[in-house]
Amino acid sequence: MEQQRSVSGSVQSPRSPSSQPYLSVSVTDPVKLGNGVQAYISYRVITKTNFPEYQGPEKIVIRRYSDFIWLRDRLFDKYKGIFIPPLPEKSAVEKFRFSAEFIEMRRQALDVFVNRIASHNLLQQSEDLRTFLQADEETMERLRSYETGIFKKKPADLMQIFKDVQSKVSDVVLGKEKPVEESNPEYEKLKHYVFELENHLAEAQKHAYRLVKRHRELGQSLSDFGKAAKLLGACEGQALGKAFSDLGAKSEALSVKLQKEAHQLLMSFEEPLKDYVRAVQSIKATIGERANAFRQQCELAETMKLKEINLDKLMLTRSDRVGEAEHEYKELKAASEEATKRFETIVRLMNEEIVRFQEQKTREMGIAFHEFAKGQARLANSVADAWRSLLPKLEACSSA
Amino acid sequence: MMGSENPGFEEAHLFASREEMENLVLDDPLSTHHPNNNNSYSSFRSANSSISESTHHPLSPPMLSTSADSDPLLSPPVCRNPNASDNNSYIEPPSYADVIFSPFDENSANEINRIDSTSQDTDSSFALSRSSSSSSDYIKITVSNPKKEQETTNSLVPGGNTYYTYLITTRTNIPDFGSSEFSVRRRFRDVVALSDRLAEAYRGYFIPPRPDKNVVESQVMQKQDFVEQRRVALEKYLKRLAGHPVIRLSDELKVFLQVEGRLPLSVSTDVASRMLDGTAVAPHEVVQPAKGGRDLLRLFKELRQSVANDWGGSKPPVVEEDKLFMEKKEWIHDLEQQISNASQQAETLVKAQQDMGETMGELGLAFIKLTKFENEEAMYNSQRVRAADMKCVATAAVKASRFYRELNAQTVKHLDTLHEYLGLMLAVHGAFTDRSSALLTVQTLLSELSTLHSRAEKLEAASSKIFGGDKSRIHKIEELKETIRITEDAKNVAIREYERIKENNKCELERLDKERRVDFLNMLKGFVVNQVGYAEKISDVWAKVAEETSGYAKDS
Repeated sequence: MEQQRSVSGSVQSPRSPSSQPYLSVSVTDPVKLGNGVQAYISYRVITKTNFPEYQGPEKIVIRRYSDFIWLRDRLFDKYKGIFIPPLPEKSAVEKFRFSAEFIEMRRQALDVFVNRIASHNLLQQSEDLRTFLQADEETMERLRSYETGIFKKKPADLMQIFKDVQSKVSDVVLGKEKPVEESNPEYEKLKHYVFELENHLAEAQKHAYRLVKRHRELGQSLSDFGKAAKLLGACEGQALGKAFSDLGAKSEALSVKLQKEAHQLLMSFEEPLKDYVRAVQSIKATIGERANAFRQQCELAETMKLKEINLDKLMLTRSDRVGEAEHEYKELKAASEEATKRFETIVRLMNEEIVRFQEQKTREMGIAFHEFAKGQARLANSVADAWRSLLPKLEACSSA
Repeated sequence: MMGSENPGFEEAHLFASREEMENLVLDDPLSTHHPNNNNSYSSFRSANSSISESTHHPLSPPMLSTSADSDPLLSPPVCRNPNASDNNSYIEPPSYADVIFSPFDENSANEINRIDSTSQDTDSSFALSRSSSSSSDYIKITVSNPKKEQETTNSLVPGGNTYYTYLITTRTNIPDFGSSEFSVRRRFRDVVALSDRLAEAYRGYFIPPRPDKNVVESQVMQKQDFVEQRRVALEKYLKRLAGHPVIRLSDELKVFLQVEGRLPLSVSTDVASRMLDGTAVAPHEVVQPAKGGRDLLRLFKELRQSVANDWGGSKPPVVEEDKLFMEKKEWIHDLEQQISNASQQAETLVKAQQDMGETMGELGLAFIKLTKFENEEAMYNSQRVRAADMKCVATAAVKASRFYRELNAQTVKHLDTLHEYLGLMLAVHGAFTDRSSALLTVQTLLSELSTLHSRAEKLEAASSKIFGGDKSRIHKIEELKETIRITEDAKNVAIREYERIKENNKCELERLDKERRVDFLNMLKGFVVNQVGYAEKISDVWAKVAEETSGYAKDS
């Protein structure tokens, strides 16, 4: 129904830029800036697009991690109901923070983050996204510090006025202290699913991480064993000594392959699993937003009813406060309707999002599984090949 | 492509409980889940026994042991079937074709469950491959059936001491034994006696070292574990003895294996010390090394001699002239270092392989749970597709895990050769010590002789100055001459003994070289063949998954 822009989400730009609308972003070139405690990593963010709202076909800006956080927070605020793509974790153990591997993992995750936004039909239209992708560094810094200040919400928020004042009143009046919740069995099922899913995924991810470590350990032990075999070979001498030396050399070569595979495993398997966990956490945040919206809707509806009753009372008594009360009632009614609309939007969006989420995850995990299997097969083949190459020599030794 | 069919995998909804989840039905029924057994890697010895325990994991192949059923942690398989056939095809396979490495067949399951018995067979097969001439001879020894018994003689402790005896069963076709199958009950004390007697009788030979007494540990360990460990160690020791071409035919071993009843303890030899004290003694008795107690005087003399050797300005009368031997000795020392190093690294490698297998298995299990979960809660088809993909990966991970464990069980067996040779190095040290102490005896006797000779000369010189002779001095000279004669004889015996030991050393070194080459080569071959075989299997497993998920492949 609405204009849906089809986009290629990743770095490729289509052949004919003018016909197909596209927005593609890449996060590259991590560079360490600053000194000591203040040190941080900056990234080059390159945008290629033919969207009319954008300043031009290509733009390059420098961004840091907290800028990405700003973007995420803004989107989360504005697009309630949509599962905002997750960001990689904030901080790591201090000494790990600048390791090459960590930086690369983070860069990859940030790249995925922006591209998911860029390929989401609603999120890609965000003004904040445009700011993020185009604003100069000073502006970005100003915005970033502004957000982390006390001014988190806009003052003219209709909800604010009534939420703060009325919620407590209505709770007391309605005689209930506990928060109001939807009684939607399908939604309950979804919530349960999401919470359970996080647990399962976290466990799988834990084992995936351990598997990476095991690869490294096996690699190290092969290296050590290889060295020892070589030394033993030097001592033995003759044909047997040569056999040991050859074995040692192969062992060391395999060690290298294992370290490589460990890295691959980390990037193409463990990281997607972690990403999956983060995505589920993002859904949980959206669930929270939906609960808030529902509560607000209920409270405003209740408050409005009370106001209506009050108004009728005043009208009967022909109070001179009728006008004022009528005005208040109208405002409240508007607010209530808006709250209802917001809630319903969230529900609708979530329904779409969950379908999109499941499909996206099937696709992404499918890729991850494929890479995982490929990597393991590749590794096993290397192992088989390396050891197999020794056999003719060993046979020759024994027949000699 | 995405919905992989795995015939053995039951529908997720049949798993009602966590227990059932742990008892996965993949390709075969599995035993109950045990907690991680990955911490006992202090030595191969423990690795050998713990491997058979830790493979009883949900992901291991079915255990086809009969009586001592599923849980080896509760009842270690004590009753070894001595008639077990040599099923160690892994050591010397003709090729690493699939046929050899079908992991779920009975052979291999038994392989894994009875690692110890296979290592016995390893020894015998090595022996077979080594000895060219006597390849049809065999001595098969098994140690079983530990029994607790009471000390029958009076003891200070009321209630008496208890000790364990072990049933030692021998099967052989060597005619010297007089029978082809026989058993005897022995306690550890008898083994110590055997070992001591062999050490006396076979100086210069590389005599396999006997198991430790382990007194302290025995207080700490569970009795049952200790007994089992000792049983295993005894069996290995006796097998090694039976594998030594000279010792296997020794009287000492024969008596030990066949003759019921208390083994006579080693006789403490003090004859040499008596001789060196000046008492008449049979020369052949001089050749035993000096021991404590009554050998004190001899010990002092030899000590003085060795000090003179080390610090004295003059060279001892007989020197270790065999340059070749000195070089060999140094080389042996270096070899020992390298073997020790390699053995250590092999242990680390084994642990790493074990861990890999375990973690892979745990990953598989986690994905199985996820699959079940997604299927149960599926609201969209994409979930079912994903669940199917996950199941595919999970099954592969569990299979791969199993392969890693099996691979490791074999690796342990092969690389254990390194550890075995370390033990043998101890025997080599013993033999070299025999040689140096024999040399010391010769040197001591030579010094003694020269002392006696100079004393006799002095006496004769003094006596010749007195006209008609000095009756008492002449008498002394006579006695001295007698002593000198005896000492000469003893010296000759000592030299002969020394030469004999040198010859034994030489032969044994040659044997060590030959056998070591064969053993190490077999070890390398076995290790490599194993790695290849299992790597191929693991690769196949994952290649299938890669194939089935190829639809997701990133378009580059």
